[in-house]
Amino acid sequence: MSDNTTQVDLENWSCPLPLRDYPQIVMGHGGGGRLSAELIEHLFLPAFSGGALSDTLMQLGDAAVIDLGGPRLAFSTDSYVVRPRFFPGGNVGDLAVNGTVNDVSMTGARPIALSVGVVLEEGMRLDELGRIADAMGAAARKAGVTIVTGDTKVVDAGHGDGVYINTAGIGLVPEGVDLGPHRVRPGDVIIVSGAIAMHGIAVMSVREGIGFGSEIVTDSAPLNGLVAALLESGADVHMMRDPTRGGVAATLNEIASSSHTGMSIVERSVPVPDDVRAACGFLGLDPLYVANEGKLVAFVAAEDADLALQTMQAHEYGTQATIIGTVVEEHPGVVVAKTGIGGTRVVDLPLAEQLPRIC
Amino acid sequence: MKYLDEFSDPELAGRLLDEIRQTVTQPWAIMEVCGGQTHTIIRNGIDQLLPDTVTLIHGPGCPVCVTPLETIDRALAIAADPDVIFCSFGDMIRVPGSTTDLFRIKSEGGDIRIVYSPLDAVRLAQAHPEKQVVFFGIGFETTAPANAMTVTMAKNLGLTNFSLLVSHVLVPPAIRAIMDSPTRRVQGFLAAGHVCTVMGMSEYVPLVEEYHVPIVVTGFEPLDVLEGIRRVLVQLEEGRADLENAYPRAVNFEGNAAAQAVVHDVFTTCDRAWRGIGTIPQSGWRLSDEYADFDAELRFDVTGITAEESKLCRSGEVLQGLIKPIECGAFGKECSPRTPLGAPMVSSEGACAAYYQFRRLAAPVSA
Amino acid sequence: MCLGVPGRVEEVWEADGTRMATVDFGGVRKEVCLAYVPDVTVGDYTIVHVGFALTKLDEKSALETLELFRSVGLLDEELNLTYDPR
Repeated sequence: MSDNTTQVDLENWSCPLPLRDYPQIVMGHGGGGRLSAELIEHLFLPAFSGGALSDTLMQLGDAAVIDLGGPRLAFSTDSYVVRPRFFPGGNVGDLAVNGTVNDVSMTGARPIALSVGVVLEEGMRLDELGRIADAMGAAARKAGVTIVTGDTKVVDAGHGDGVYINTAGIGLVPEGVDLGPHRVRPGDVIIVSGAIAMHGIAVMSVREGIGFGSEIVTDSAPLNGLVAALLESGADVHMMRDPTRGGVAATLNEIASSSHTGMSIVERSVPVPDDVRAACGFLGLDPLYVANEGKLVAFVAAEDADLALQTMQAHEYGTQATIIGTVVEEHPGVVVAKTGIGGTRVVDLPLAEQLPRIC
Repeated sequence: MKYLDEFSDPELAGRLLDEIRQTVTQPWAIMEVCGGQTHTIIRNGIDQLLPDTVTLIHGPGCPVCVTPLETIDRALAIAADPDVIFCSFGDMIRVPGSTTDLFRIKSEGGDIRIVYSPLDAVRLAQAHPEKQVVFFGIGFETTAPANAMTVTMAKNLGLTNFSLLVSHVLVPPAIRAIMDSPTRRVQGFLAAGHVCTVMGMSEYVPLVEEYHVPIVVTGFEPLDVLEGIRRVLVQLEEGRADLENAYPRAVNFEGNAAAQAVVHDVFTTCDRAWRGIGTIPQSGWRLSDEYADFDAELRFDVTGITAEESKLCRSGEVLQGLIKPIECGAFGKECSPRTPLGAPMVSSEGACAAYYQFRRLAAPVSA
Repeated sequence: MCLGVPGRVEEVWEADGTRMATVDFGGVRKEVCLAYVPDVTVGDYTIVHVGFALTKLDEKSALETLELFRSVGLLDEELNLTYDPR
C-alpha cells in the first residue's frame, strides 16, 4: 500500500508523541506490541483520515465493516512475511489465507472471497513457490472461500525476502450481528477457543540460532465455521478476536483499552499444550505473549457462557475451548492475572516481540 | 520426577506462605540478587502474597541490565562494523547505549544474530570464514563456563575470525558492596542458585561472618523461592546469621570443579562498573592475558570508547532499598521502560520496571 | 544468568573431542554440551543453561525437599489456618 518514494515530513508534525525514538523502522514495529500500535496511531492514521468512512478506520478493528445501505460488507487485509517460510505443520501460504479468513470472520461475517498480491524476489525457487501456492489453494478450499483476483510483482534479488504475500478478504455480516469493543461489558466471560502458543513456538523451533527439536506444529486454521456455529447457537457474543502477533496478552490489552474495561484472567485455566509449555520455559517466554494462528478469543454474556462453551467444544477447531477469565469494572484498560500459586500480576502490552532470554 | 511442576504446586505454596506468616513477628527486608529469582517473584505475584511486613528488595541481579553503558557502546560500535556478524543473547538486543541499541543497528543493516548458546557463535565463525564473528559474553558466574568454552574451542580449532566481548560480573563482591553501604536496608540475602551450582558456596562464608547476615542459596521455581525466603526469615527472627543451602538438588558446597577450572584459566578478575551503581572493585571477569588474542575489545580497538552514566539515575539507591522507584525524580518521565536510564528499568523485572507496571493497577483485584 | 532448565539426557556422543548430548525438556529436544558434567549419562536429569549442562540433578535431594514442603504448615492445617490459593 505504501509508495516508497514518498518522504514523510517530520518537521510539521504536531503529534503529542512523535516517533523520535526510532527515526527508522525497526523490527519491533511489526511485533504487534506498543511500537506497532504507535506506528499506526501516529503515522498512518493521521495520514489516512478524512475520507467518507474515516470512522470505520479509526475503530482499528481486525476488519472494517462497511454499511452498504442494506447488506454489510466486512473487508480486511494482511501481509505475510514470516521467516522461515516453511515451518512444522505448514507454510506462509496457509497463514496468508487463514489469517485473512479469520480477520473477516471476527466481525461475525461469512468470508466469501480473497485477493492475493505476491511480491517475489528474483531467484526465488519455483518449487517452493509452488508449494506455497498449493497450500493457499488448499486452505481456501477448506475454508470455503475463493481466491478471485490477484497480482504478481518481481523485485531485484536482495530486495525482497523470497516472497511477500498480501491477502485481502471480503465477507457479509449477517443481519443483527453487531460485534465489537463497544459491546464488551463487565461480567462478560472471556473464552479462548483452544490451546495457545503453538504457532509461535513451531516457528521458533526452526529459527536460526534458536532451533530445537519437537513435535510442535502450527495451529493455523480457518475459524469461519466455528464463528458461524457460535453465532447460530444464539449465544449473546459481544466480540471476537484472533490473538496473532503478541498473543492472547496483546489481544486482551487492546480490547481492555478500546472497550474501557478491565480484564481478570486465571493463569491456571489458560490451556497450553505440555510440550509448548516446556519450550516456553526453556526459552524464557511467556505463552500469553506467543502468536496463535488458529484460535479466537470470545467475549460472551455471562448467562450464555455454558451455551457458548458447549457449541465451541462441539466444533473441530474448538474442542479445547475454555473460560479463562471475566471482564471487570476495576482497573479499566489493564489486564490482571491470578498466577499459578494464587498471586497477582499485571499482564502488560508487550513493547515488541518477545525474545528468548538467559536471565 | 520432572523437577518442574512439583516445585510449582499451589497447595505446597500455600503451606509455605502459611508458615511464613506464622514465623514473622516484625518487619524484615530481604534481597534476592538474581534476576531469574526476581522474575519468578513477579511472574507468580509472590511479593503480593507475602505479609506486608516482609519487604523484598530486588537486587542488581540481571547481568544484562548492570552491563555498563560504556561496554554497550563498545558492543554497538563493533556490531555496526560491516565485516562483523555480532551474536548475542536475546536479552541484550534492546538494551540502550548512549545513542542507539542493537535493534536500531539491525535496522540500519548490521548483521546481528540472536543465539541460544555461545557455541552457536563458534559454529557461525566456522561457517563464515570471510566474516569476523563476535560474541557478546555477558552474565554472572553461571554463564561464564559456557562463554569460556567458546574461547578454548576457538583456540583449539585455530579460528582467527572469532572473538569474545566480555562483561562478566560476580555476585559476592556485589553483596559486599551492598552491605558496605552505611545506609543499606538489606538484612538477609537469597543467593543465586545456579551461580552456586558453578562456584559452590565457599565465597559466601566470609560474607556471612563479616556482616552477620543470613544468606540462603535458593532455586528458581516458586516453591524454591518461597522456601529461601522462609529460611532467611526464620534466621532473622532467631537472630542467627548462617549460610544455608535451600537448593540441594542442584547445589553442593564445592560447586562444579571442571567449570571452575576452565573459568579460572580463561578469565581473570578485574574492577567492573555496574550500570547505575558505579565501580565495584574486583567484581568482574575479563579475558586473561593468555587469551588476549580473542578479546574483541582489543581486536576492534574500542577501548577508547567511554560513556557517562546518567546523572539523573538513582538506581544505586533503589538497589539498596533506600528509595522506592516512585521516589526518583526521573521515574515515569525521563526514565521509563521505553527510555530506561539505569539497570532496574532496563530489565522488565527490575524494581523500577516492575513498579511501572503495577502503578497502572488502581486497586487490588479479586479474581 | 539464571535461566537453567531441568532436562533428561536421552543420547550422548562425542564431537571434536567434546561430549555432547540430546536432552529432552518435556517434549522439546536440544543439543547440549556435557563437557562440565563428565559423570552425567543417559537417563540422568541435568540443569542446562545456554546449551551447557551444569550439574546432575539429585533425585533423592529433590524428593527430600518436597517432603520438607509437605511437612511445613501441617499444624496450621489442623488449626484451620490454611491459606487457600484458589
